[in-house]
Amino acid sequence: MAQIVIKNLRKEFGAFTAVQSSSFTIEDGEFFMLLGPSGCGKTTTLRMIAGLELPTAGEIYINGTEVSQKPASKRDIAFVFQMFALYPHMNVRKNISYPLVSQGMPRDQVRAKVDEVAKILGITALLDKPVGGLSGGDRQRVALGRAVVRDPACFLMDEPLGALDAEFREHMAQELRALHDRMHATTVYVTHDQLEAMQMGDKIVVMNHGVVEQFGRPQEIYDWPATTFVATFIGSPAMNLLPFEGMVGHGATSVMLAGTEVQIPKMISGSDGTLVLGVRPEHVHLDDAAAYRGRIMAVEYLGTTQIVTLDTPLGLVKARLSSNKMVTVGETVGLRFDARSISLFGSDGRALISTANHGVLHHG
Amino acid sequence: MSYSITEPSNRQKWFAGILVVGYALLTLLPLAWIIATGFKTPADAIAYPPKVIFSPSLEGYVNLFTSRSRVTPEDLAALGPPTTWYDAIVRQYDMVINGPSRYGERFMNSVIIGFGSTFLSVFLGTIAAYAFSRFKVPLKDDLLFFILSTRMMPPIAVAIPIFLMYRQLGLSDTHLGMILLYTAVNLSLSVWLLKGFIDEIPIEYEEAALIDGYTRFQAFYKVVLPQAATGIASTAIFCLIFSWNEYAFAVLLTSGTAQTAPPFIPTIIGSGGKDWPAVAAGATLFLLPIMIFTILLRKHLLRGITFGAVRK
Ligand SMILES: Nc1ncnc2c1ncn2[C@@H]1O[C@H](COP(=O)(O)OP(=O)(O)O)[C@@H](O)[C@H]1O
Ligand SMILES: [Mg+2]
Repeated sequence: MAQIVIKNLRKEFGAFTAVQSSSFTIEDGEFFMLLGPSGCGKTTTLRMIAGLELPTAGEIYINGTEVSQKPASKRDIAFVFQMFALYPHMNVRKNISYPLVSQGMPRDQVRAKVDEVAKILGITALLDKPVGGLSGGDRQRVALGRAVVRDPACFLMDEPLGALDAEFREHMAQELRALHDRMHATTVYVTHDQLEAMQMGDKIVVMNHGVVEQFGRPQEIYDWPATTFVATFIGSPAMNLLPFEGMVGHGATSVMLAGTEVQIPKMISGSDGTLVLGVRPEHVHLDDAAAYRGRIMAVEYLGTTQIVTLDTPLGLVKARLSSNKMVTVGETVGLRFDARSISLFGSDGRALISTANHGVLHHG
Repeated sequence: MSYSITEPSNRQKWFAGILVVGYALLTLLPLAWIIATGFKTPADAIAYPPKVIFSPSLEGYVNLFTSRSRVTPEDLAALGPPTTWYDAIVRQYDMVINGPSRYGERFMNSVIIGFGSTFLSVFLGTIAAYAFSRFKVPLKDDLLFFILSTRMMPPIAVAIPIFLMYRQLGLSDTHLGMILLYTAVNLSLSVWLLKGFIDEIPIEYEEAALIDGYTRFQAFYKVVLPQAATGIASTAIFCLIFSWNEYAFAVLLTSGTAQTAPPFIPTIIGSGGKDWPAVAAGATLFLLPIMIFTILLRKHLLRGITFGAVRK
């Protein structure tokens, strides 16, 4: 079991910087998600932790030992590849045995260990089959078996569900999480799917263009995004972002949006210029008494809720309302925002600190 | 009859069949003729019109493996009756057997040089191809082109420099010299072919092995090699076919110790009149090893050729 500390980790490929300067900590036993759009440097980060790629600068500590220049085989980690990378010339049992054989474990012990792991993963019947004919889910299980069998300090997984079809992903995600809850092994999991990250992760690092945008618990990141990128990347539909010219100072409790006053959490830091107000769709309510107004453009029915798109002076706003609420396209209505859940972003796209989010953003 | 876009029509199938059979006849006929000629008598071999049906004889094979000299009929009579069946054949022509011919030696030379250079080409080629495929090699593309350029001129263009060089180095007419030469010629082909095969093997397999606790070399040996087996087998066949059949360099650089079969076989003609059956017998036996080798590796070869096409 292991704690992993990443400090100022950087990776350049020639003139291109894939990872800028990442720092975050993965606590022992955590299911940790590396989340970000394709090409943002998730795989590169994971490969540096694994020892498949050497960092240009920075440190990686596994249980307090600096390992950034050590070969992969000396790090006591297991890696689950996106395409599983099962050895095609070996059967299932040989594949799972392989890491144990390299340690020189006696044959009968290897056999017992493999049988035990196969039982946990429900693949005992497959042990003598070649890997060629296995289904995606079974390949996934064999790949997991090969990782689990060694009792490594931690598991690294690069989009392990990416190769499965949608239907099966959900199921495998639950299986994975259940396996983790049973073994409590530190797991670093790469995904570009924000829903997957929110559902499965104890903690999430959100990356973009090689930069760590935010690091924290799923709920914290969802409620208090550190940047406008995180605000739009996480949540579906994304957080509404309303740019406006204005100024807030220390202690401010409201801002002026297109001539109407909107309550916000009490500010601790301030900024001026082009600011951005962020509000999640579920925190937008239709209220005829509200001064900030918009015209209903479209309604999307989602069962218990509906997504209502409104055209407001500062741009389109989406509201998640109960399906009971009657709305008419074309109508102009007032919009009230939950004051306590509003985020404000400065002109650099970073969240301004308020009494509501300072707890999250300060230790992030 | 249903119509299908992908399934060829009966007429197309017939046409394709005739084409394939025709081509097979075209390539197999000379082969069949050589094999048949090996079992004819010298008279039958040069008969006109050519004889398709003839009474088989082992004269060609006897002449191939023996050296003989002509004796007067009186001396022949003084020798008494022939003791073996091949003595009997030879004596029909007023000849006696002096001893074995050099064919056996030359054949062994071909085996040593052919298989030796094939092994070296494939061994070095695999290592080089792996490096080109997996590592950042400075000037990689230029190097690959340069390697291939050794194949761009006919061997005869470099024969004189090699001849002079080999004389200086004492490599003329040695097994080692011929093995090195054929290896040098084959290496370009082998590097290029094998690089293609190794490129197809996902790098994740090796990375998985590295993480599973194996060294880079173990990963290469235990994971890459088994998967490159198909490519290695087909490359080996191509290398062997070249070095087995090579004539120009062999004629120029070997005369005695290291002479291979191809330059030797034509010399049989001169040693006892127009002995075509012996030449044909020599050629027939010479074909065998490479045919056996190819048939043994045939499965790999076919898979190798369609490698990129069918791999998922
Ligand atoms: N070996 C490499 N050489 C050059 N560029 C690379 C290499 N590996 C990754 N990159 C680049 O680094 C960036 C980040 O890649 P990656 O970490 O794979 O992204 P992600 O996994 O988040 O999709 C991409 O733009 C990719 O093209
Ligand atoms: Mg990736």
